Amino acid sequence: MPLIPATSEAADAAAGQDYLWTLNFGPQHPATHTTLRIVLKLDGERVVDAVPDIGFLHSGFEKIGEHLDYNQYVTVTDRMNYISPMANNVAWHHAVEKLLGIELTHRCQYIRVIISELARISDHLLSTGAMGLDTGAFTFFLYAFYQRELCYDIFESMCGARFTNSYTRVGGLMHDITPVSIEKIRKFVREFPKTLDEMERLLNRNRIFVDRTKGVGILSKEQAINRSVTGPIARASGVTRDLRKDEPYLKYRDFDFQVCCMKSGDTFARYLVRMAEMRESLKILTQAVENIPAGPVNIAINERASLPDKSQVYQTIEGTITHFELIMTNRGIEVPNEEAYGATETANGELGFYLVGDETRTAYRARCRPPSFIHFALFPYLIKGHTLSDVVAVLGSLNIIAAELDR
Amino acid sequence: MPTNPAVIAALEQQFPNAAKSEYRGDTRIVIARESAPAAMRWLKDLQEFDLLIDITCVDYLNYREEKPDRFGLVYLLANTQNNDRLQVRVFLGEVDPRIPSVVPLWEGANWFEREVYDMFGIVFEGHPDLRRILMPEESTAYPLRKDYPLQGRGERHNFPVLTRAKS
Repeated sequence: MPLIPATSEAADAAAGQDYLWTLNFGPQHPATHTTLRIVLKLDGERVVDAVPDIGFLHSGFEKIGEHLDYNQYVTVTDRMNYISPMANNVAWHHAVEKLLGIELTHRCQYIRVIISELARISDHLLSTGAMGLDTGAFTFFLYAFYQRELCYDIFESMCGARFTNSYTRVGGLMHDITPVSIEKIRKFVREFPKTLDEMERLLNRNRIFVDRTKGVGILSKEQAINRSVTGPIARASGVTRDLRKDEPYLKYRDFDFQVCCMKSGDTFARYLVRMAEMRESLKILTQAVENIPAGPVNIAINERASLPDKSQVYQTIEGTITHFELIMTNRGIEVPNEEAYGATETANGELGFYLVGDETRTAYRARCRPPSFIHFALFPYLIKGHTLSDVVAVLGSLNIIAAELDR
Repeated sequence: MPTNPAVIAALEQQFPNAAKSEYRGDTRIVIARESAPAAMRWLKDLQEFDLLIDITCVDYLNYREEKPDRFGLVYLLANTQNNDRLQVRVFLGEVDPRIPSVVPLWEGANWFEREVYDMFGIVFEGHPDLRRILMPEESTAYPLRKDYPLQGRGERHNFPVLTRAKS
């Protein structure tokens, strides 16, 4: 039988009683996966109140953003949501290019779609895998993590780094995609659905998993919108918003895919939405890999925004001049005295950057809209009235990444 | 996404004095601090901007362009029905910056406003739980203000050292 949650009113009524005891959950706890702390007030096993305490990983990323230039800061975005760094790279340079008014080449847009979708798959694999791990499905986690390693292999063949990729640049990419990477992506797209089927067979009708997740941590559609929730968590509650469809950035208009939604809004629905989104991402990947247009990756050298290729720097005078014009500390990209907000749909929700330019090589203000921060604010609302063992299930379904939470 | 022309027309009728600008397809309006609470309620209830994307702030201490005041609050709003977006700016002065909270309208504003308070020291009146969120509670500075240095001696040396014997 699924657990029937106590009503929130009953939990509120018990809040002042002196038989309650306080449990300090985290900052170091295997189920938080990262460094965050929740102070739980318990009535037996029921959670009466939960007070999140964050900031343990606060490292001033937004302050650093005011002192690093637009190409340097991409290394810091890697370290925000470090389970899908490629998506963060794309989000950062999407906002920068919106501020500068740069139109990317078709080939670059296709490659950015590919890396965004690979990042989405690897992010969902980890979040559903860790959720399975927390609720006792260890094998599921191993299946998921093996596939994540294959995603890392693809990223490694693209940019040389497995984890902190820093693949994008203003107006282009670090390298063009190679036939080796394309072949690896093709192989991944061909073989991953088999594992995905096995993963679904492991958990979708698993009695223990369903009992622990169904009806737990319900978020209604009205509450989801009112609490600024985006991404798979909002879609599990019936909000159809998906920036890939609603505000097609890059080349998402070209692809045939669906937005996956559920109505129940519980922990199980969030798991199902993530599993379904991986299949849609595979559809986009297949279409993108087979239709990559030919042509240059970076924008033209005379736009003075993207770093020229090394062969151009060493062999042509235009390349050398452009390189120095962009790299020297008293030069840089021409930035208007303007402000822009660019948003992308990452695996966790809407990741946007609010940028203020001031004609110098660094941003005047680089604000990140972190989805984990907003989703963790939900947690006390979702957990009230449930039992202590549900804390890990709900926390796993929210996919909180503390580095992005605290920045 | 460009804002709906009907919304812009309604905005001009409702707030004739609000400065409106456009950049790369985003519409921005500047609303005076006094009329901000009414404007927010109007935008949410009548114009159906039901999703609050973000609240943030920019400190224009040494900015190259003249700005109305030192702190510029940014409210990013969106409509989940037709995907309209709108950026609302409110400028606040250097001395005792405070503004009514929007938590009664959007529950999601709770942590956004706490972060802006933590980083810029802007007080949101009527906020249910206005505490520091990322910085330690003992901290006295507002680190994202432009007069706070990137490097140097921070507040950390002021904190008491907790030893195993004392804890």
